[in-house]
Amino acid sequence: MERRKFGKKLFTLVVSSTVFGGLLKKANAQTKDYDPSKHYYGMGIQTNKCIGCGKCVEACKDENNVPKEPFFFRTWVERYTIKKDGEVTVQNIDSRITTHRDNIFEKEILRSFFVPKLCNQCDNPPCVQVCPVGATFKTEDGVIIVDDERCIGCRYCIQACPYGARYLHPEKQTADKCTFCYHRITKGLPPACVEVCPSQARIFGDLKSGASPLGRFKRLFKLHVLKPFLNTEPKVSYSDLDGEVR
Amino acid sequence: MKKFLTKLPEQAGRLLIVFIVFIALVLLVRFLLPASLKDHNIHIQNTVATEMSRQVRYAGSEVCASCHDEYNLKKNGYHKNLSCETCHGTLKEHSENPTEIKPLVPRQRDFCTRCHAFDPSRPTGFPQINPSAHNPMKACVSCHNPHDPKPPNVPQECQACHAEIARTKAISSHVMLECTICHEVPTQHKVAPRNVKASIPAEREFCGKCHSTQSIIKETSKVDLATHGEKYLCWQCHYPHMPEVE
Repeated sequence: MERRKFGKKLFTLVVSSTVFGGLLKKANAQTKDYDPSKHYYGMGIQTNKCIGCGKCVEACKDENNVPKEPFFFRTWVERYTIKKDGEVTVQNIDSRITTHRDNIFEKEILRSFFVPKLCNQCDNPPCVQVCPVGATFKTEDGVIIVDDERCIGCRYCIQACPYGARYLHPEKQTADKCTFCYHRITKGLPPACVEVCPSQARIFGDLKSGASPLGRFKRLFKLHVLKPFLNTEPKVSYSDLDGEVR
Repeated sequence: MKKFLTKLPEQAGRLLIVFIVFIALVLLVRFLLPASLKDHNIHIQNTVATEMSRQVRYAGSEVCASCHDEYNLKKNGYHKNLSCETCHGTLKEHSENPTEIKPLVPRQRDFCTRCHAFDPSRPTGFPQINPSAHNPMKACVSCHNPHDPKPPNVPQECQACHAEIARTKAISSHVMLECTICHEVPTQHKVAPRNVKASIPAEREFCGKCHSTQSIIKETSKVDLATHGEKYLCWQCHYPHMPEVE
């Protein structure tokens, strides 16, 4: 009997290890098809094309299992309203509400527009510098990602990000942020927000590739990044950005 | 053995304990700690691999084209730049199991108005309607085919080329004015639009026909032409397709 039990255990061990090893090998093979040193990702945002429909926010939440409550965002859209008396209001648009009219009278508005925001994937990321356990880092292709197994949820990085791009995931209790949909871009698909944007306000591309929509965008427009004085060197650039945008 | 331990000087015994602890620590670091904790590069590799292995939920429009004919209809219409998944939701699961998992087919009115309801923050020229004035309660799909959206009566004249102006005018207070009330359009303009141009009102008195204090037309805003605006033509300050001053 004892010997039979031992044999059973040995059998399960052998089978599970071969299966597990096979899976690991498969994962490794997948990473081998993709060469991160040949890519360097960036995004362009044409502010005056954004219609504020909030499809990108929804798609991001679907694709990346971001909680649906309106406090957790990997990407979000801000409505800037500049009134004639100079007062600037910034609201995070709620994608569930269809008409966005609020208390501000149309006649009082001087300018109003939408600005989509997401992690700027800084070349010089302040969030990476402050992590006490090394859970967040910049990959070779320029994307900042978080290891949610290493993260201890201390929130330093959330404080350090000048763009407010990180949040604490309420279920995992770890920091979470936009990864440019890393699992999609490494398979050649665009990030989910770019895929669904109905007005092509977001342009995703590889800064290392020659001709691309992003290259054209960078050539054609006068560009700006958010908070350039912080020297974070964002890889997300904006065209037609209003001076009031912070 | 017991004799040896009792014979051993006390300080040597303590040293032995320290030595054993040291050896245990070395063994712990060498064999028990996972490689990712010891080597930052291995940690990065593992995290990148888990990030890459996450599930894709948005499949991309090319996948849809292989089964659905609507794709060909869509690619020539105004919605040509829209991804299928902008309206139909995540489709990766549907593409893998087309019979059991069905995509969203939104037919409600408030789905279309998420993009097409008038909103002062939206870019001018983007096709917008006032949902409470534009055939209220009627489903959008009963007049417009979402895969090839067009006004039910195809515009014959100015709108065919000047769609942006027409759409802007459609939500302005000048909506009831025909283009030809203000512009004289030579027939040659339709053949060689850049060589023969339509006229623009060249006198202040033209706008004054409706808007001067002497005007007999009621229900328009009135100004005294003698004191208002001095040497300027009206349209140099007020955009006539979207006159913003009441």
